[in-house]
Amino acid sequence: MSPKAVWILAEQREGKVADVSYELITRGRELANQRGTDLCAVILGDNLSDAELQTLIDRGCDRVLHASAPELRHFLPEPYDKCLQALIVKEQPEILIAAATSTGRTVMPCVAGALRAGLTADCTGLQIEADSGNLLQTRPAAGGNIMATIKTPERRPQMATVRPHSTRPAPSSTGRTGRIDRWLPPADLLKSRVRRVDFTPAAETQAIQDADVVIAVGRGFKKADNVELARKLANVLNGAVGASREAVDRGWLPYPAQVGLSGKTVSPKLYIAVGVSGTVQHLAGMQTSETIIAINSDSEAPIFNYAEIGLCGDLFTLLPMLTAKIAAAKQS
Amino acid sequence: MKIIVLIKQVPESQATRMDEATGTLIREAASSVINPLDLHAIECALLIKEAAKEKCEIICLSMGPPAATKVLREAMALGVDHGVLLSDRAFAGSDTWCTAFTLAAAVKKLGLPDLILCGERATDGETGQTGPAMGAFLDLPVISFVSSIEQIAGGWRARRMLEDGYETVEIDGPALACVLKEAAVPRLPTLQGKRLSRAKDIDVMSAQDLGVSQDDTGLKASPTRVVKIFRPSHLKKCEKLPAMDPAQAEKAVDRVVCLLKEKGLI
Ligand SMILES: Cc1cc2nc3c(=O)[nH]c(=O)nc-3n(C[C@H](O)[C@H](O)[C@H](O)COP(=O)(O)OP(=O)(O)OC[C@H]3O[C@@H](n4cnc5c(N)ncnc54)[C@H](O)[C@@H]3O)c2cc1C
Ligand SMILES: Nc1ncnc2c1ncn2[C@@H]1O[C@H](COP(=O)(O)O)[C@@H](O)[C@H]1O
Repeated sequence: MSPKAVWILAEQREGKVADVSYELITRGRELANQRGTDLCAVILGDNLSDAELQTLIDRGCDRVLHASAPELRHFLPEPYDKCLQALIVKEQPEILIAAATSTGRTVMPCVAGALRAGLTADCTGLQIEADSGNLLQTRPAAGGNIMATIKTPERRPQMATVRPHSTRPAPSSTGRTGRIDRWLPPADLLKSRVRRVDFTPAAETQAIQDADVVIAVGRGFKKADNVELARKLANVLNGAVGASREAVDRGWLPYPAQVGLSGKTVSPKLYIAVGVSGTVQHLAGMQTSETIIAINSDSEAPIFNYAEIGLCGDLFTLLPMLTAKIAAAKQS
Repeated sequence: MKIIVLIKQVPESQATRMDEATGTLIREAASSVINPLDLHAIECALLIKEAAKEKCEIICLSMGPPAATKVLREAMALGVDHGVLLSDRAFAGSDTWCTAFTLAAAVKKLGLPDLILCGERATDGETGQTGPAMGAFLDLPVISFVSSIEQIAGGWRARRMLEDGYETVEIDGPALACVLKEAAVPRLPTLQGKRLSRAKDIDVMSAQDLGVSQDDTGLKASPTRVVKIFRPSHLKKCEKLPAMDPAQAEKAVDRVVCLLKEKGLI
C-alpha cells in the first residue's frame, strides 16, 4: 500500500486561486513523487468554480478537496482551523504544507497545536529523508544567520509552512486529470466569535512579499519626494517598493513596506537596495533574496557584502540612468 | 479586566549561539533583552488599561531560564502589575508545541484573562507559532498580524495587516492577539517605575506547580527534532563598481542591465 497522501493548503482570494498555491504544488509534487503517493490540494472558500479548482489539477495535483461555505469566503481563524482539523482527522494525510502567509502562519499553528503535530515555520527547503521517509524541513532562523533542518519523527501529519517565492510556481499542462471533491462542513465547524467588518486595500499597488522584484528605499533618499525615483524603477521592472525602517519612520513609505527584523521578510528574485546601509536588522528581512544589487555612495557600506553587484555612487544619478537603460533594453 | 502579555527573553544581538548537539538555541547568552515585538505588546496592554473604565490588571508571563526575571522586571518598570516566570529544567528544549502547551497551562492556573497579547514573532526562533498554538489550547480566537487593537463593548476590535491590505475584525469575548510593531510605540521606563519594579515579587512556577508532566514539555516531548544546524553564507563576492563620475556610472549601469538580462529578469 502506498503511503498516505501529501496535502497542500491552497489559498484563494475572492474566489480565485492565489498564485502562492502553485508554488506549493511545485513543492508538494516533488514530495509526493518521492514518496510514491498522491498530491491533494485542500482549499477553503465559498463555492469556487470547477474551472478554478481544475487549475490546481492542471498544475500537478491528483485531487482537490474544496471545503465550501459562505463563512469560508475570507479567512476567519476559527472556521478555518476547525474545518482543516476535521479534514485531517478524517483523511490522515502524511504531510501538510501551507504557505507562510498571514493565513498559513495563523491556521497551521492552531491546527498543529490541537492535533499535537510537529510544525516548522517558514521553510525554504523540503526533502524526503531516504531511509525513514520523513520530511526534512530546512528553514532560516535568527535573521537568516542560522539554517536549521527539522523533522517530525513520530507525529503525523508532518506540517510546515513554506516561504513564498522560495520556489517557482508549477506550470500548467493540458490533459491532466484528477478528482474534485466538494465538502460542505457542518454548521458547528463554522461558528466564529470573530467578524470581518471592513477591508482597506493596500495603497501600494503590489505587496512587497508578492513581488518578484523589490526596490528598497533607504535613508539615502533624503526626502519623501525622491521615492518617486524608486517607483519609476519599480514600474519598469514590474516590482514593488520596499523600505528600510529609517525610511518608514520618516513617513516616506507606509509600514507594510518595511523590510527587516520588525517588518517583513521577503525573498524576491531581485532585490535592489538603494541608499540602504545594510544593518543586521535590515538584512534579516532580505538576505535570502535570489539576486541582490546595491547602490550606495559609501563604498564601505555593509550591504555590499551581500550584493552580487554593487554600484558605489550617487543614487540620484544612478537610479534615473538605470531606469532609462532598463526601459530601453526592454524596448529592443 | 485582566490582560496577560507573553514576553520572551532573546539574545540582544543576532549572533545567536546554538547547541550543536541538541540543535537548540542557547538561551543563557550574556546579554538578553525583551523580544522587540513583545515591547509593542506590553505597550498595547498599558494603553488598553489607561483607556479602560474598569480596573485592569496586567500580568507578564515568560518561560525561560532563571535569568529571565530580568526581562520581567523591565516589563514591570514600564507599568506591568505582575511578573510570572515559568522556569524548570523540565521545560528545556521545548519546541513551539511544548512552549505553547506549557504557557497555556500557566494561563489556566492564573485564570483565563480577557485578552492575551504576544509578539508576532521572536527574533531568535522566528517562528511566530507560539501565540497561535496557545489559542488552540485555550480555545481562544487567534487574531494575528495585529496593527491596532482596542476594547469595545463585549470584546475587542482589531486591525490586521494582510498581504493585500488592512482588515478590521471584531471579536466577541476574550481573544489572543499577536501584534506587529505598528500596534503601539513602546514607552521608556521611568525612574519611579524602576524603583517600584524592584519592590515587586516575581512568581516563579515549576512544571510541578503547573501540573505539566514530562510527557508534555521539554525536548523529549516535542514533536519536532532539529536534525542539523548550519551557518549559511549569504556573503557574496561582490562585484563592486565605482560609479562616481558619469563615465563610470554609465559603465556600471550597463553591467547591471547585462546581469539582469543574463538572469532573465528583463
Ligand atoms: C529592534 C530593532 C528593530 C529594527 N528593525 C528594522 C527593520 O525591520 N528594518 C530595517 O530596515 N531596520 C530596522 N532597524 C533599524 C536599523 O538598525 C537601521 O537603523 C536601519 O536599517 C537603517 O536604515 P537605512 O539603511 O535606510 O539608513 P542608514 O543606515 O542611515 O543608511 C543610509 C545609507 O544611504 C547611503 N546614502 C546616502 N546618500 C546617498 C546617495 N545620495 N546615494 C547613494 N547612497 C546614499 C549612505 O551611505 C548609507 O549607507 C531596527 C532596529 C532595532 C533596534
Ligand atoms: N518562552 C516564551 N515565554 C513567553 N512568551 C513566549 C515564549 N516564546 C514565545 N513567546 C511569545 O510568542 C511570540 C512569538 O514567539 P515565537 O513563536 O518564538 O516566534 C513572542 O513574541 C512571545 O510573545
